Amino acid sequence: MKVKITVNGMLYNKHIPNDMMLLEFLRKYGYVSVKRGCDTSNCGLCTVWVEGKPVLSCSYPAARADGLHVTTLEGVKDEAASFGRYMTAQGAEQCGYCSPGFIMAVLAMRRELTDPTEEEISNYLAGNLCRCSGYAGQTRALRAWLHDKPWEKEGQA
Amino acid sequence: MRENPIYGEELDLFTIKSYVFPETLEEADELLQRDARNSAILGGCCWLKLGRRISRAIDLSRLGLDQIEVKDGFLELGASVTLHQLETHPAVTSRFDGILGECVSHIVGVPFRNCATVGGSVFSRFGFSDLTCALLALDASVVLYRGGEQPLAEFMASPIAFDDILLKVRVRDDGRRAAYQSVRRSTTDFPTLAAAVSCLGGQWTVSVGARPARAVRCETAAACLNEGKGAAAAGQAAADELTYGTDLRAGADYRKKLAAVLVRRAAEQCMEENKG
Repeated sequence: MKVKITVNGMLYNKHIPNDMMLLEFLRKYGYVSVKRGCDTSNCGLCTVWVEGKPVLSCSYPAARADGLHVTTLEGVKDEAASFGRYMTAQGAEQCGYCSPGFIMAVLAMRRELTDPTEEEISNYLAGNLCRCSGYAGQTRALRAWLHDKPWEKEGQA
Repeated sequence: MRENPIYGEELDLFTIKSYVFPETLEEADELLQRDARNSAILGGCCWLKLGRRISRAIDLSRLGLDQIEVKDGFLELGASVTLHQLETHPAVTSRFDGILGECVSHIVGVPFRNCATVGGSVFSRFGFSDLTCALLALDASVVLYRGGEQPLAEFMASPIAFDDILLKVRVRDDGRRAAYQSVRRSTTDFPTLAAAVSCLGGQWTVSVGARPARAVRCETAAACLNEGKGAAAAGQAAADELTYGTDLRAGADYRKKLAAVLVRRAAEQCMEENKG
């Protein structure tokens, strides 16, 4: 079937297989920050935004994204890099495979929740699994990032 | 079979032969009736990869079924409403002590809950569904395209009608107090057992889910509460009346003990809310 999907502001007018998932579509067109993990909606590695909302691209039919705007880590790279520096400072990146999905969820949470509590943060990010770090590093990085609010200085949305 | 750039040919977990976006419910129904057995109404697609070969996928996401409304004395949840909408929409969080939002808040993470839908959870009658357990306690009803409106309790007990479409779930906006309890082996796991209770004008409703079979109402537990026998008696009645099964999360005996505790806790919580 034919779809028109806008990824990070670039329009893709493509024929796709009917059962193609958004994850496959994005990787096919070079958005390799989107990782394939469990492929069954459990690990959060493949998190991208559709119309600004975080979704699991492994379970989101590409056909459903027809006419919609998709954002991957490449589309928010400055803000992602800013948060990434906080992760690095806390030794939270480890193997790094879960980082793109985790960062997409964190940036979405920052837009959705104002001054989130610890419980709200845990609840929001619980579906983004990391097998290296035990989450301590990410949690420290997240606290520092939310405290510093670098996006205000950097003029990000 | 599809080409994987790293591993070569890989077996697809599922296939879709044709994918359609009907423009009306009539069109969706007409498409479904052509071959209901091999077609699929798409919900959130979270459980799509279970090995199905789908001849025609019917995507309802453009039919405006993602609305939450308070209408004619009912809270109405469209079939395409996502679980995350239940957590965040004020019309849902401000009613029934917020149990509809609370009961889904442990399911994986927000990206998952932005995909999973009310319709997908309810129509499929998943045993592990937190939502169906909470809705049963609220005495909800479902509205089907062909089958019309019917109580959720009846719907849950009936076999899946693959030739029908779930349009919405309705809950009478009667100000009932409610409480939800669940136990999980880890935060984002399926519930090992779930229980919900509600109380309206001294009349109680009790439901137990993840037994691991489909959620059901427990009339003897409700009768205990109606007769003022107390929360502990209601919990024991739920443990005694219902059947519990064994799966990788828990044994039947353990679930039976959990039922007594969770129903008691939910009833006590609801009693406290009623005092407030």
